[in-house]
Amino acid sequence: MSVEPVRPVSASGPVSAPIVAVEGLTRVFRRRGAPALTAVDAMTFRIAPGEAVGYIGANGAGKSTTIKMLTGILAPTSGTARTVGLDPMRDRRELARRVGVVFGQRSQLWWDLPLRESFDLLAAIHRLDRLRATRRTGQLVELLDLGPTLAQPVRSLSLGQRMRAEVAAALLHEPELVILDEPTIGLDVLSKARLREFLIQTRREHGTTLLLTTHDMGDIERLCDRVLVVDHGRLAFDGTLAGLAGTVGARRVLVVDLDRPSEPLHGIPHTQWLGAEGEGVRQRLAFDPADTTAAAVLAAVSERVTLRDLSIEEPDIEDVVRRIYSASS
Amino acid sequence: MRAYLRTYWLLARAGFRRQATYRMALAAGIFTNSVFGVVRASILVGAVTGAGAAVAGYDALAVSSYAWWGQVLLGSVSMWGWSEVADRVRTGDIAADFLRPVPPYLTYLAVDLGRAALALLARGAPMLLIGALYSGITFATGAVEWVLGLTAVALAVAVGFLGNYLVNCAAFWLVEIRGLLMAYSVVATLLAGLYVPVHWFPEWLRIVAAATPFPSLIQTPIDILSGYAAGPAAVRAVAVQVGWVLALGVAGALATAAGRRRLEVQGG
Repeated sequence: MSVEPVRPVSASGPVSAPIVAVEGLTRVFRRRGAPALTAVDAMTFRIAPGEAVGYIGANGAGKSTTIKMLTGILAPTSGTARTVGLDPMRDRRELARRVGVVFGQRSQLWWDLPLRESFDLLAAIHRLDRLRATRRTGQLVELLDLGPTLAQPVRSLSLGQRMRAEVAAALLHEPELVILDEPTIGLDVLSKARLREFLIQTRREHGTTLLLTTHDMGDIERLCDRVLVVDHGRLAFDGTLAGLAGTVGARRVLVVDLDRPSEPLHGIPHTQWLGAEGEGVRQRLAFDPADTTAAAVLAAVSERVTLRDLSIEEPDIEDVVRRIYSASS
Repeated sequence: MRAYLRTYWLLARAGFRRQATYRMALAAGIFTNSVFGVVRASILVGAVTGAGAAVAGYDALAVSSYAWWGQVLLGSVSMWGWSEVADRVRTGDIAADFLRPVPPYLTYLAVDLGRAALALLARGAPMLLIGALYSGITFATGAVEWVLGLTAVALAVAVGFLGNYLVNCAAFWLVEIRGLLMAYSVVATLLAGLYVPVHWFPEWLRIVAAATPFPSLIQTPIDILSGYAAGPAAVRAVAVQVGWVLALGVAGALATAAGRRRLEVQGG
């Protein structure tokens, strides 16, 4: 498979300057007693203002390394990265005023102070005047439902509360570009939904550009209109989610719990039997939505056995990415 | 300019509050400081009494005063292997600092000044009372000396922080800096005059100490606040501190910039 050409920014209107422009970006890590590792290898892509881009790949594929170079935390070995038109290494402080970043596993909050104080401090660091700071904090607190947690020290927040607080902290200064590295990692379903809803709304109201890395296909489906897939530091796919699914087939898995131990459900049309647990009480069937529907599979299963419960597993990003890799090799 | 100062004022206030939340640690600190003060004052006063005459201008009261003013400053001026930045470099959390539109060393300095202010009030001030009751303490006499003295404390905190920060910056190049921090601590506390006044050092060690920022940490503020140095001598001492703050500040900025180019934050 080849990398799709960079899509035109806009069919009508003038083509605006890209908000992220990466050209031959390369980062090599030299390691003692081990061969040098090229984490990002001659990466080239552009992101237009207002786009929402999912940046996906397996662990160690080079996602975070790219993000770090885009935000001035890591110096490139060669090539260039321009973020909001700036050189991230040289213009770090100006960049920080215009970009909001959430690293899912790192906190930008003050651990031992009440959450409210983190917001006050960040507002001061970004030199928001009092009026704007109050208005913006109030807005984010309401949208992200942080009111009850404002007086609590950050260290006592739950993971879901903390992630919402991290996102609020990153968006306090109303950045034009928001970069989220694994924003929903470890969150429960409700927290994920809430966070996604907020990001969708932010984008709709402010035209904020989103770039996010994730392992969660739901994040991509709900939030992104473009997907970049990175593999061994190289761009393996650039296009829409539908295009991605069309290329590799977005298989779903139907998990059925039966009323009694049963024979393997082989031979259900357009499905592949993946396995069984509990002597066949729980069975797993994979199907491609392009060939059949969940309803049809279910009907075929019901003809043979009695169902007690069922669930459908969305395609795992790792799985989609693995297929891209195998398709491209 | 006002917005600029407000940023650092709020950071300092946060440092103050953050410290104030650890009440048990404060109480323990006061207790430890008192015991340590009694030991130090007893030894120093004993040395002067044993000598039978004032040593380098210190009689029994002056050296008792020296010991207790040292206890006042101990909690505020950091010389004890502060490693927050080094830890953040090691864990990668330093990335969050680089995502803010402010220089990290000024951010941490402001927070440390706030922390030091709380330590001075909560841990330092009680030492004046205990010192006065136990073996006596002297104070600067003029208003100018008090202003200079308090300025010297703030500058001592800044010198202490910036020195520590520079050592922390070594973490950009080295994997492990605990040994370095410990060595720094030993040298800093000795040359600062924490154990005995710098004026008691042999000639050669006095020259060595004078070439370092360390006497600015303890000796300088004590000299002024206890009334040992006054007038032009006090002004000169504060000027030396200002020089060290500027020099270490520039070094900190350069080390941060160079370190950022070296930084390899691993993981997500």
